[in-house]
Amino acid sequence: MSLKAEPWQTAEIAGPKKAFLILKPDVVVAMVKRAKRPLLVVGHLAAEAGSEYDNLIEYAIRMSKATGVPVVATAHTVKAFLQVGFQPAAHMSAMDIGNRLQDASWMGLDGLGPYDLALFTGLPYYMEFVILSALKHFSPSLTTMSLDRYYTPHATWSFPNLKIADWRESFEIIVNKLEGT
Amino acid sequence: MGERVLSKKDLNIKLKELKTDLGVFKDIEVSVGRIYDETWTEPLGPTPYPSITDLREWDFKILQRYKPFYMPFCDVCCLCTFGKCDLTGDKRGACGLDMAAQQSRIVLLACCIGAATHVAHARHLVEYLMEKNGRNSPLDVGGFNVDVEAPVIRLVCGIRPKTLKDLEDALDWCEGEVTNLLAVTHTGQEGSNLDFESKVLHAGMVDHVGLEIADIAQISAFNFPKADPYAPLAEIGWGTVDVTKPVILVIGHNVPSAVGIIDCLMDRGLDNTVEVVGICCTAHDMIRYSPQTTKIVGPISWQLRFIRSGLADLIVVDEQCIRADALVEAIKVKAPVIASSPQNCLGLKNRTKSPVKEIVSDLVEGKALGALILDPEKVGEVAVETVLAVAPKRKKFKIIPETEELIAASQKCTQCNECIRACPNNQPLPEAVKAAAVGDLNPLAEILETCVGCARCDSACPIDLPLHSFMVKAGEKSLAEEKFKIRVGRGAIQDVEIREVGGPIVLGEIPGVVALVGCANYPHGGKEVAEIAEEFALRKYIVIASGCAAMSIAMVKDDEGKTLYEKYPGSFNAGGIINVGSCVSNAHIAGVAIKIASIFAKRRLRGNYEEIADYVLNRVGAVGVAWGAMSQKAASIASGFWRLGIPVIVGPHGSKYRRMLLGRKDKTEDWTVYDARTGDQVYVGPTPEHLFTTAETKEEAIVMIAKLCMRANDTTKGRAIKLTHYIDLHKRLYGIMPDDVHLFVRSRADIPITMKTEVLTILEKKKWTERKIPDPTLLPRLIRTRRG
Repeated sequence: MSLKAEPWQTAEIAGPKKAFLILKPDVVVAMVKRAKRPLLVVGHLAAEAGSEYDNLIEYAIRMSKATGVPVVATAHTVKAFLQVGFQPAAHMSAMDIGNRLQDASWMGLDGLGPYDLALFTGLPYYMEFVILSALKHFSPSLTTMSLDRYYTPHATWSFPNLKIADWRESFEIIVNKLEGT
Repeated sequence: MGERVLSKKDLNIKLKELKTDLGVFKDIEVSVGRIYDETWTEPLGPTPYPSITDLREWDFKILQRYKPFYMPFCDVCCLCTFGKCDLTGDKRGACGLDMAAQQSRIVLLACCIGAATHVAHARHLVEYLMEKNGRNSPLDVGGFNVDVEAPVIRLVCGIRPKTLKDLEDALDWCEGEVTNLLAVTHTGQEGSNLDFESKVLHAGMVDHVGLEIADIAQISAFNFPKADPYAPLAEIGWGTVDVTKPVILVIGHNVPSAVGIIDCLMDRGLDNTVEVVGICCTAHDMIRYSPQTTKIVGPISWQLRFIRSGLADLIVVDEQCIRADALVEAIKVKAPVIASSPQNCLGLKNRTKSPVKEIVSDLVEGKALGALILDPEKVGEVAVETVLAVAPKRKKFKIIPETEELIAASQKCTQCNECIRACPNNQPLPEAVKAAAVGDLNPLAEILETCVGCARCDSACPIDLPLHSFMVKAGEKSLAEEKFKIRVGRGAIQDVEIREVGGPIVLGEIPGVVALVGCANYPHGGKEVAEIAEEFALRKYIVIASGCAAMSIAMVKDDEGKTLYEKYPGSFNAGGIINVGSCVSNAHIAGVAIKIASIFAKRRLRGNYEEIADYVLNRVGAVGVAWGAMSQKAASIASGFWRLGIPVIVGPHGSKYRRMLLGRKDKTEDWTVYDARTGDQVYVGPTPEHLFTTAETKEEAIVMIAKLCMRANDTTKGRAIKLTHYIDLHKRLYGIMPDDVHLFVRSRADIPITMKTEVLTILEKKKWTERKIPDPTLLPRLIRTRRG
């Protein structure tokens, strides 16, 4: 796999403004720790058993428990969280959370103010691509980060295209460091 | 007594020869203002033949509630030589346009393309049918069962067409509006995204008029089923094709050339000798014309697999949704191609005026790879004679590799991942090819089950492995087993059916009308569409389908071997699954909503768009679902539904339409209506919550459908029924009670009895208070009594 800023789906070329590469898991750890109001959006691929996204639900829960980052489960993903005894902060459609995040006046799920960092994972590549594009263009004060194993150019930060094993290893490091282990 | 109305358009009379006392006159053409009897006594509403700004106020009302959410597909604009311009963030292009306006401009362009396509299709059909059957040929979409024969045209144009020639005025208007709308997209025109959006809605409305013109013209002239709930069942599926016969494959949307083929076969007594099969909407319309002698292969995504399999001995294409490389692929399997539409000439020589024998000889001898023939009857003759001569020579020549070739070729794969990176659904092709290299073709066969047939994997492969053909080979057994039944498109819904269900729909007792429409760009194959259809039919919603979605519904069997069309009635009633027909038959779905307002509620239709759209938005619990929406036509069809107040859900690929129209249920102020009885402004909750949204998964779509069927006017009994389905589906598919149920409960009587405890707990937690149920409208002019 390439460590270049190359979109996973070949034709999904973005720019001039493109995501910075997350070359080390520490970048994610630092960004999450630095954020005052982070949010984690988890799409339905996390709920697909036996797929490359195995363990994503577990990682999301561990991240949330370690840092307090609220989790928004899109589509029917909430069911997978509930099945392992975790209640996400909210469940709503990917379009709805994208729409709210691009609204600078939205005070968040808890009414305490706008988010400054939105992390995305588990959405279909092309859906995440366009939602992150909306946020890039219309939500200038929000930093976005794709935690998927593909380069997603409309995010502020994105992993490059990674092998599954490398991606899982990165996630493991991120979660462990956030947990302080 | 009716009044006589002078139409806007002139009447042209052409006489080949006129013998009078003065002598013989040849080729006389007389133009006069057209006068026709107009006996329609319904008063004309405020907006007949509306201009691009006449319904702007209505548009702004709905856009205020359902604000555009833009998701740019591209950061730049490259439409003029000022550019490329970087529009990232708050930048403006050299022309001054910002990103929001640019996105709405692109949506408008897409909708103009879609509307122009349907209107051009309608124009072609009407002119062809007038020439064939005469200008005064009557329109008949359902005999005595259908009095409101053209609800969309009545509503938008303010005319009541009786004959083919009456459709010309509406067509003229459509063409003028599409031109005006396209002009709006020029550099230096519209600068406001909301005005662009208003014009998007206008394009959709124009599109619906075009759809209706096309379908009522062809239903009448070709004697398709006329609003028939018992339209016959026809065959669909690869396995239904008798490959021992010469096979003609038709692809596209405009049926006259297919009719020409069928008529020629009938005339010559060859209908049992030659197979005529179709893909996409021409196939729908072909089985409406001749259900016993023709078959559907499958939806749009079956094109490449069928052509490459070599089963078609001759391919006839007309217009729309045809692969641009159809000729290239046909050449590979030595099948001649006849192009039959001015919209899609494929670079072929125009042979319209050549003698039939000469064209046939050229095609059979291979002197010509194809021919452009712009005469449907001649297409029929050439196709029949050619296929009979070509089939024995071709011997079903195919380019699908044999298993040994496939395995050997797969061993050359370098696992570069270019194929998966080109696949719209991220299918694991590299792993499947790796398995094929050691003789396991099952992973390739599994991918074919959900493949959209784009063949981008083929194009991407740096060593030119024909990966789509690999999949077809791997899946050949299941393809041969595709044998299903589809109910032939019935066309319109009868007035009597509307009378029976109009009340229950408006009061909410039939919980909703779910329209499954559109293309086959599915994330996980067509089975999901069938699952959605059955879920709601079982729940006694009315399920209505068209186009490729109507085919996908047919292509699933239950344990007893029955398809949904065999299990559920085709009548427009609770629990029915109705196939209205091809893409242009979508007009009947809009027509249902309009006819409910007209026939059930006695609202005036004639040029009265705003009032009817207000009625539909607030009262008719209908939802459109385009699970595989792909084309610009799908965009314009959807936008016609938005303006009429009918929400549309698209599948995940639909997010690439780059603009949604989303409500915000957390903003109480967005959800007030006037109570027409008092003039009070009343909160009605998010009903319906969105006008256009993307569902990420089938499960989300199902829950969303149930939710979007709620309307401000629901009675308490109706709302309780709708809430029962919404809550039940939410709990089953999401594993939890919905967190917004308090927004939909207006009084305790709305609470489903079997869910009372759960719902009351939520209401208490949310500090819910009872509120009134208004006679809802967004239009102040409909308030009957003003307070103060």
